[in-house]
Amino acid sequence: MTLAIFLALATVSVISAILVISQKNSVISALYLVVTLASQAVLYFLLGATFIGVLQIIVYAGAIMVLFLFVIMLLNLKRDEFGPDKKKGQRVLAFLLTLFLAIEILAALKIGLSGGQAVTGVSAKLSIGSPVEVARSLFIDYLYPFEIVSILLLVAILGVIVLVKKRF
Amino acid sequence: MALFYLITIGKVVVVFTVFMVIVAYLSFIERRMVARFQTRIGPNRVGPAGLLQIVADAIKLITKEEVFPADANHTLFLLAPLLSLIPALLIMAVIPFGDKLTLFGKSVDLIISDLNVGILFVFAVTSLGIYGVVMAGWSSNSKYSLLGALRSSAQMISYEVSYGLSIMGVLMMAGTFNLMEIVRSQASFFEWFIFKQPIGFLIFSVCGIAETNRAPFDLPEAESELVAGYHTEYSSMKFGMFFMAEYAHMLNVSAIVTTLFLGGWQGPLLPPVVWFLIKVSIFLIAYIWLRATLPRFRYDQLMNFGWKFLLPLSLLNIFVTGLFMYL
Repeated sequence: MTLAIFLALATVSVISAILVISQKNSVISALYLVVTLASQAVLYFLLGATFIGVLQIIVYAGAIMVLFLFVIMLLNLKRDEFGPDKKKGQRVLAFLLTLFLAIEILAALKIGLSGGQAVTGVSAKLSIGSPVEVARSLFIDYLYPFEIVSILLLVAILGVIVLVKKRF
Repeated sequence: MALFYLITIGKVVVVFTVFMVIVAYLSFIERRMVARFQTRIGPNRVGPAGLLQIVADAIKLITKEEVFPADANHTLFLLAPLLSLIPALLIMAVIPFGDKLTLFGKSVDLIISDLNVGILFVFAVTSLGIYGVVMAGWSSNSKYSLLGALRSSAQMISYEVSYGLSIMGVLMMAGTFNLMEIVRSQASFFEWFIFKQPIGFLIFSVCGIAETNRAPFDLPEAESELVAGYHTEYSSMKFGMFFMAEYAHMLNVSAIVTTLFLGGWQGPLLPPVVWFLIKVSIFLIAYIWLRATLPRFRYDQLMNFGWKFLLPLSLLNIFVTGLFMYL
């Protein structure tokens, strides 16, 4: 049962991920990205990490992608504005980077299949995925890096406001 | 295991049926009530006291011609009503409507799925409801629809922030995301979170009304400006599904308010399910009353109210709650 659901959703996730980059229309591409993110959330549910699955839907599918769609609709991009970018050497670079990524994935798979210790530290703790566990690691074990990251994000928001707003 | 599936299917069927009957009759009750507020009579011809009006409406909607606008994106156009109705129906899966019930020596939880992150599930599914609106507006290939969808999504994004933050006080005091536990922590009358978190309750109610796009926050479908907003181009049962989604959302917001702030199914004498339904209907009637009483906001007023008043207030509420809990 679990395996059937996993296979179905993994297929949906991969196919919609491919469709995200193969679509010409940016609105439809964004909608496929929502499908990918939502099916990943269900994969988290299958792993028993309901909290992380729900957060995935709230943050990515619910908030960030809605903003994406909103901006795309507001700008009302024409179809031809999204044609292939014609920069020199882009194809060669893309090919090399894809090759690199493929090797990386294969290496990770090999380590995982040979039973190596791939999951340690933070991710091992999060694998339980209950709200209490997540809160403990964020606010007790890793409080300092967590606060640093929040300040970093605040600075980024301020930076965006300064860049966008010409007149104060 | 087979018994578990059987019980769950039974609960789903019962909850879904009751839910759909309430949703159907809600539109009828609204028409009758608003008519009274405006010293009219309202629909009273079909059946006794007009009670069969809803059947007549359903037959009318189903038999209407289906219209597809020229150059509309067919797939998305068909998918949009589904995507607004289904999230609205999913929320009922985590709402507790009673304590444990013992049937034939087996205890049954009166909740379809007792998730340990129940309230977060509600917010996740609510946030997915926006896609129906956005897709409807975009795929219709109509300016009114697109403008309605843009307004609606801007409004829902803005109010979702305060909507989420307003319940933080309740969650901090209850110490859990589980809706069943939250109800249990409001055992006696003065332990209801409406008394412990009055500001949270007010912010949540206001944001709930804004999230469902109802008056006085019904800008996405302001008739005088946008015809009907994002569902301008929809006809027949596809329009009917948007209509049902709106009423289902009203019912959801009322059920969540009842669960979080009004003690859920807790109450003396009467059975828990009856108490739950009484509290939900009180909030629903207030909802309709507001529609008949208040005029529509202007768009800039709506945004200013959401971002400059409700958001700081809800943050302050969290801060004060935290301070009191620390002391």
